[in-house]
Amino acid sequence: MWQRVARPFQRLSRRHCDLISEVCVRQLCSSSSEFTDGSYDGLYPGHIPTTPTQKALLAVGSGVAALQDPYRHDMVAVLGETTGHMALVNLRDRMRNDPEGYTILTERPRIRLSTLDLSKMASLPDGSFGREYLRFLEDNHVTPDSRADVKFVDNEELAYVMQRYREVHDLLHTLLGMPTNMLGEVAVKWFEAAQTGLPMCALGALLGPLRLNTSRLQTLFTSLGPWALQNGWQARCVLSIFYERRWEQSVEELRQELNIDPPPVIPSASKKRST
Amino acid sequence: MAASVRLLVRRVTRLSHGHVTVCPSGPSGPSGRCCWAPSSCRCFSDDRNTHFGFETVPEAEKAKRVYKVFENVAQNYDVMNDAMSLGIHRLWKDTLLHVMNPQPGARLLDVAGGTGDIAFRFLEYIRSQRERQRRHVARSMQALSWKDISDVYAAREGGEDGPRESRAVVCDINKEMLKVGKQKADSMDMSAGLSWVVGDAEELPFDDEQFDIYTVAFGIRNVTHIDQALQEALRVLKPGGRFMCLEFSKVRDPVLARLYDTYSFKIIPVLGEVIAGDWKSYQYLVESIRRFPDQEEFKRMIEDTGFYCVRYHNLTGGVVALHSGYKL
Repeated sequence: MWQRVARPFQRLSRRHCDLISEVCVRQLCSSSSEFTDGSYDGLYPGHIPTTPTQKALLAVGSGVAALQDPYRHDMVAVLGETTGHMALVNLRDRMRNDPEGYTILTERPRIRLSTLDLSKMASLPDGSFGREYLRFLEDNHVTPDSRADVKFVDNEELAYVMQRYREVHDLLHTLLGMPTNMLGEVAVKWFEAAQTGLPMCALGALLGPLRLNTSRLQTLFTSLGPWALQNGWQARCVLSIFYERRWEQSVEELRQELNIDPPPVIPSASKKRST
Repeated sequence: MAASVRLLVRRVTRLSHGHVTVCPSGPSGPSGRCCWAPSSCRCFSDDRNTHFGFETVPEAEKAKRVYKVFENVAQNYDVMNDAMSLGIHRLWKDTLLHVMNPQPGARLLDVAGGTGDIAFRFLEYIRSQRERQRRHVARSMQALSWKDISDVYAAREGGEDGPRESRAVVCDINKEMLKVGKQKADSMDMSAGLSWVVGDAEELPFDDEQFDIYTVAFGIRNVTHIDQALQEALRVLKPGGRFMCLEFSKVRDPVLARLYDTYSFKIIPVLGEVIAGDWKSYQYLVESIRRFPDQEEFKRMIEDTGFYCVRYHNLTGGVVALHSGYKL
């Protein structure tokens, strides 16, 4: 609803002073928001309104920064947000057309440590999705709370789709059976690039292999890569699955439902990397 | 000991004086929530309010938030300065030193000195001045008579004091910034003659009349009560001491002003996000520049405090102003 109000102000910016419009949006939205300590300006908490020029600059800058230092996850996130508008619209439409995806868009579940019932998940049988996901988190020393918040997407629903994509990333690792070493990450990126069409995934998919040694490159190009691409295209939209209600389901069953073949080879999780 | 008692007395007298801060609402500065949402407006409450960039916050909160901002940016502060000003900030600081023209033996207090740029330049300047003096003396002593030489030896034996050592004290409220400054000093091997002190510009931890020169470069706009910082400056300066302030100010030329605004609000936060991963802190920094009084008003504030011969120089078309005043 605030989008409709904010939109005329954003159009105004192109004709008049950009500055005034930004402040107006901030005032409008902040006047209705709860006055919390971290009260937000913009369409959602953490939103920073930006002009197309700024987005372009951010895209270029974050791209360079991410290439120079791939461990700057905030830059990868910014790159994804500033270049992913078309892909996000596409994803959102796919979700809307899927009944489960539509439920997700209305209920807006978030995957955080605070919302997960870890003890219940630990008590599930081996091979169940919840148990395997927990095992993945423990083995790789990662937590679902380490995902950056979305900042530069100028649409509240699309921002949620982006956030969901980020939170589903770890679940994808479990679904695909990939560890968080470089080869595993590249394989997941190939899958995501095929699935979502996000330019950031495509870039990661293209440049990730540059950091692999020859034997892993071979594995990637001969078996893992084609499998990831093929499954990315043929699988159901992974964002449309209400994972939070499927912890008890077995991984095999879930894979079948999503039309994902089991991995041909599992790269050894020798290098532990925190995401 | 005396200094801390004086601090306590000052704090008590300040608390007993109330002053109301009117909610700012000029044409250039929208007053944030105040005008648009009376329900969340705090102007009419008991808390005194002030500005934090374009936001309005209680005074007590401003210092905390400013601290947070500089804690976040400390590691990338110098890199960001170079990126944002395209290296021009070095010229501004060099100009400050040239105008200051310190002589060997001067004692400098650099407030909000953080990463130490002014202090390093000061020591370097003094060193090169000393070198120049020594060379001058050496040259003038090339054609000495025997009488002159014996006079020189007599003077040395007389145990004349050597020239007084210059000292620079860097004072900052933020420990992270001081840490970065200290690391720089160690890596440049410039620790001699430097002290690093944690302190609040509104209540300096120094006795009266200790320093010859007081500088504050790009720091005074972050202080909650600028008039108190100016009072403190007057207090710690010796009679004949000089107050110098480098700060962002108002650009007069409308074309340049337009360009500067666009650059500040559009480009700088982007740079902050890409280089330092922190958009909001740099947004605050450019907003705080707009909230700071212009050249004439700041000159009046300095005069009102009790400084004399107050004047200012505009640098880069008014983007930065160098204010200077003397304590007589």
